[in-house]
Amino acid sequence: MPVDSSVDETTPTDLKRLESGLDNLETGGRQKASAKSYLVRLLSPLIAIAVIIVIWQLAFALKFQPDYVLPGPGQVWDALSQQAQQDLLWQSVYNSIRRAAQGFLFSIAIATPIGLALGFYPWLRAIFGPIVTGLQQLPSVAWVPAAIIWFGLSDATIFAVVLLGAVPSIINGLLAGMDQIPPIYLRAGKVMGAKGFGRTWRIVLPAAWPGYLAGLEQGWAFSWRSLMAAELIAVSPALGPGLGQMLDTGRSLGNMALILGAIAMIMAVGILIERLIFSPLRQRTLRNRGLIR
Amino acid sequence: MSVASEEQVEPRPSDVAQPAIRLQNVVKQFSSDGPVIVDDLTLDVAPGEFVSLVGASGCGKSTLLNIISGLDKQTSGVVETSGRPSFMFQEAALMPWLTAGKNVELALTFSGVPRAERKTRARELLALVHLERAYDQRPHELSGGMRQRVAIARSLALGRSILLMDEPFAALDAITRDLLHEELTRIWQETGLAVLFVTHNVREAVRLSQRVLLMSSRPGRIIREWRIGGHEPWRLDSPDVASLASEITDELRKEIVRHAG
Repeated sequence: MPVDSSVDETTPTDLKRLESGLDNLETGGRQKASAKSYLVRLLSPLIAIAVIIVIWQLAFALKFQPDYVLPGPGQVWDALSQQAQQDLLWQSVYNSIRRAAQGFLFSIAIATPIGLALGFYPWLRAIFGPIVTGLQQLPSVAWVPAAIIWFGLSDATIFAVVLLGAVPSIINGLLAGMDQIPPIYLRAGKVMGAKGFGRTWRIVLPAAWPGYLAGLEQGWAFSWRSLMAAELIAVSPALGPGLGQMLDTGRSLGNMALILGAIAMIMAVGILIERLIFSPLRQRTLRNRGLIR
Repeated sequence: MSVASEEQVEPRPSDVAQPAIRLQNVVKQFSSDGPVIVDDLTLDVAPGEFVSLVGASGCGKSTLLNIISGLDKQTSGVVETSGRPSFMFQEAALMPWLTAGKNVELALTFSGVPRAERKTRARELLALVHLERAYDQRPHELSGGMRQRVAIARSLALGRSILLMDEPFAALDAITRDLLHEELTRIWQETGLAVLFVTHNVREAVRLSQRVLLMSSRPGRIIREWRIGGHEPWRLDSPDVASLASEITDELRKEIVRHAG
């Protein structure tokens, strides 16, 4: 091959500078999201909470329901402080989050290989796909009576219910993500010689990640609400406190302030997890892939 | 060559040696009663040779590349390559979840380069396409031309001796395409890759190649061949390119008119 580049009218340095100029022209003036906008996103939901408390306080002050039916924000705060003084509040919150998180992580470990298998083998999906969707439709609280009979009033019962809530959502999320993988990435992978575990880990899972993440987010929500249902029904000293058990205590004592306090805590945990974990993950995913600015 | 050659050329040593790509009587039909996409096609590409395949849309050029790369299978005939080919598409097909540098490293990973060497190698490869500064940038932050250059670096990372290119510059603007032509020529000269370049842009084919093959449509056959070997690649605006390109374009139009019915 002739390799005398001086014959070419553009020298390599020229080409390099030409390209560099064009590159700068074509990619100039783009900026990244600031830390400030992140803080604004994190804190804006507080406005909604403030509005709710104000309306609630007004309704309470107008006294159109007796206190034991509609306690005010102050009374709910007192009920929660009382729980906090007995160390029950933080123990309940901690226990509930721990159970949900353990169940959720376990669900990921179960759902991911199943989802991949169903995604890779259409015949497997044709057989088991409808069952997964059926399980997803079924409220997992429906499993509580059965789980109590199978596992007794133990952590196993709670885990079983959390798992049955989260696993189908994660499987279906991963499948949706795999369905939406642009075929060109798989072709590029094939050209690079990707196969087996390397292909799954480095191409299929990252390519399916947006759908998978949506499934994880829904799976977490299902974990959390299944856990509340399980804790509310499966009450036993052996299990220790939890937010669901706090609801049950409020019900048995007729303490409406405590019930509303527990509900507020359950929501607060849900919002915090979404804001601190899932929302940043989702934003980062979309930004990295250029789907949002 | 089984095809009508524009000029009688002395066989060069590379023609005699083991070819990089050898196709013998390759036939492709997507279904047994469907149209013949590629018909009895025979073709050799020598190591280090730059060959372009020109034809109208739907003539089976892309199908042929898919067969050579192993992404698709021929219905009959023999396909031999001196090694696994690398493949560039019309889209850069960079993984959007990885930075430009990590995209190159991904190819290094799959071709078995040890982890410790990947970063340095990726930087070298990006420097080769004049994109060392883009290492940490995401594909969506790059222009179309920059993405294709990263894709070139990624192809080179695979360390293959054959590069298949399926209209890789078709979606780029004229200025960028012109620069990428120079870039590709320079890289081809430096690396000694055998390149099979599919395009419907006749001037592009003449500008880049040592040999241009014209393919007919339905059935896809090679109907004519022009050798441009033995000199430096041309500039796109040179009179030689213009005159040969218009000759090839005339042939291409004759072939298209044949389908007018």
